[in-house]
Amino acid sequence: MKTRVLSAWLAALVTLGVAAPLSLAAAGGAATIDNDRELATAQVEFGIKVAQKKLWREAAFRFEKAVEIDPTYPAAWNNLAIAYEEQGNFDAANKAYGKAVELDPGNVLIRQNYDLFKEIYDRISRRNRR
Amino acid sequence: MTASRAAIAASLALAGIVTLGCTSFYEIGIETPITPKLDVSAFQRVLVVGFVGGGSKDVDANMETVRLLRSQLRTRSQLKVIEAEVVALADVVERTRSEAQAPAVDPAAPVVAPPRPPDAPPTPSPTGQTEAEANIRSERDLESYEQIFADVAYWKKLGEEYQAPLIITGTVYFAPINKSGIVERTGEYADAFGRRQVNTQRVWMDRKGYTLVPKLVFIDGRTGTTLYSESVREEILYEASQNTPALSAYFELMDRYLPSFLSALSSQKIRGTRILLK
Repeated sequence: MKTRVLSAWLAALVTLGVAAPLSLAAAGGAATIDNDRELATAQVEFGIKVAQKKLWREAAFRFEKAVEIDPTYPAAWNNLAIAYEEQGNFDAANKAYGKAVELDPGNVLIRQNYDLFKEIYDRISRRNRR
Repeated sequence: MTASRAAIAASLALAGIVTLGCTSFYEIGIETPITPKLDVSAFQRVLVVGFVGGGSKDVDANMETVRLLRSQLRTRSQLKVIEAEVVALADVVERTRSEAQAPAVDPAAPVVAPPRPPDAPPTPSPTGQTEAEANIRSERDLESYEQIFADVAYWKKLGEEYQAPLIITGTVYFAPINKSGIVERTGEYADAFGRRQVNTQRVWMDRKGYTLVPKLVFIDGRTGTTLYSESVREEILYEASQNTPALSAYFELMDRYLPSFLSALSSQKIRGTRILLK
């Protein structure tokens, strides 16, 4: 019975994409990865705080730091894309959104942000081609 | 349900709750800046000089477009709008053509009535259109007038007269159209129990309306060269029974085009919301 419950837990975690960090942990690389994500999260948290105060340049700097520390952190890429968008840096925003979607394709919130941005980005691209 | 299935379901539910609990998100308002298509920092003044108008006789496309763009620029741009007389560009083109084609004077030729002097004002039609404008019936007719936008000497001279402003000119085609076809209409009716129901019907409809094709040309008044040009096509259709005045349709169509025109000269911001994630 215990084995069955354990395998069910594992199946659920695989579905939710949580299994990869866990298996890495098992391999012994957990300390560094967890530490990177913690450091990146701290940058993201600070970035969100300053973004809420409309300090977008500082926010962008923090999100850039976060993706530098942990390039596999979708939320940081998503936030960086928003900061770039707010600053009118559309090509960079497009790349950052693309990265966020690539890392977390099932995230509805990232997809929603990207769709809203794409509307503007496509219009600007069409205009520039004219 | 077996114990193992119950365990799986419970585990999945728990994992879902854990995931949702871990995802923090913050809705935030953003203002996406849209830079202007043109760098107009070198200009302090703007001259909406006039357009080659054509199509409907009911609207003087040249005069109305000049009035509308000037009023928009006065309130929505940093540039000072020059209030000058509206130029009937179609007549300028006609005059240039006739001057180029005029034969050399033969002293032996019989005396005929002198032609109208080149600077004489053109004869306007009852709607305000000049003779040349009234003859422009199709978009093809308009195309033959576009040569004037490449006449660098003409625009440079005009620019010198007004202290090198940004010059806005172009062509405006506004004409009635008829388009009949199948249209989907949503109607309401009460069913046997008196409840309101909605249904969609496909019906054949005769529709008429207008098409507007503004082609705007932005010219550097210092050099006479074209900086940028853009052309769009807008259409509006009404039920055939609806009697919409041409001028009202013209303003409705121009309303759609104005944001694009203004974004050529001044920066705009698009407000929206995004989700920041942790």
